[in-house]
Amino acid sequence: MVGLLGSLHVSHYLLVGAVLFVCGVFCMATKRNVIGVLLGIELVLNGANINLVAFGSPMLAAGADGFLGLDGQLMAIFVIVLAAAEAAIALAIALNYYNLHATADVDQADELKG
Amino acid sequence: MQILGEALTFLLFAGLACGFAIAVALGRNIVRMAFYLVGSLGAVAGLYFLAGAIFLGVVQLLIYVGGTMVLLVFGLMLTSGGPQITLRISRTQWLTAAIGCGLLLGLLVWAALSVNQWTQPIASTQTGSAQLVPETSRLGLALVGVRAEQVAGEHSAGAAGLMGYLLAFEIVSIHLLAVLIGAAYLARPRRPLPPESEPS
Repeated sequence: MVGLLGSLHVSHYLLVGAVLFVCGVFCMATKRNVIGVLLGIELVLNGANINLVAFGSPMLAAGADGFLGLDGQLMAIFVIVLAAAEAAIALAIALNYYNLHATADVDQADELKG
Repeated sequence: MQILGEALTFLLFAGLACGFAIAVALGRNIVRMAFYLVGSLGAVAGLYFLAGAIFLGVVQLLIYVGGTMVLLVFGLMLTSGGPQITLRISRTQWLTAAIGCGLLLGLLVWAALSVNQWTQPIASTQTGSAQLVPETSRLGLALVGVRAEQVAGEHSAGAAGLMGYLLAFEIVSIHLLAVLIGAAYLARPRRPLPPESEPS
């Protein structure tokens, strides 16, 4: 069991990452606004990033299974850059969608339904 | 004493991050959710600092909190007016999502606690080498293809794990350029907005 007031372990960070990930998935599943879904995606990416940083931290994971070293931080940087790119393109799509439909409700985007 | 301070700082930032994330997931007003997300991302930057990833914490604050969130808030202001601020889903859909996410959380927590090495502090022989080293220049060198922290080891030149991220760096650069052009192309006004949506 992870003691809360002892020294920090990888598991502490993994638990925070798990909570952020699940909150993001829940946000993506339950929001009807386009921007709400995007907020959920940002939370999911942050939860994943926390795991990468924890496994790459020499203070938390040195010598343990799955220790990433500097690779963890490098991957996290790539995730942040890709998240910024994804937010920009998704917002452009959301603006386009709003211009065409005058709404931000994702449930009304069903023209491609077979 | 230092360990207790570390644990308390971790509890503060982890509590902020998780609390704001739960507020985002359960929030009904989309504008408030965006600002809760700012709090959550800022607390995650604090966790990065605590894990020794100083450069990454700064990048998180600059790009996420300073850039991506401003982008999202602008998108919010441009698309969501009036009733769309509080769109809701039906009760049964909400319940289904809650059950699925609860199961997922249980699985992830079980996975996080199931490996013994992850629930123990690192070996005491390595705490001496676990000092905080400035990693910014190492990160920069790794991005242009040189792994400075592994060259000093016993690896021979060109060994596995010695190569940096030059190709990935170039791909991400081109990707960002393509995204910029694509976003500008997608968001251009195709037809004039209906007159009732213009501010009077």
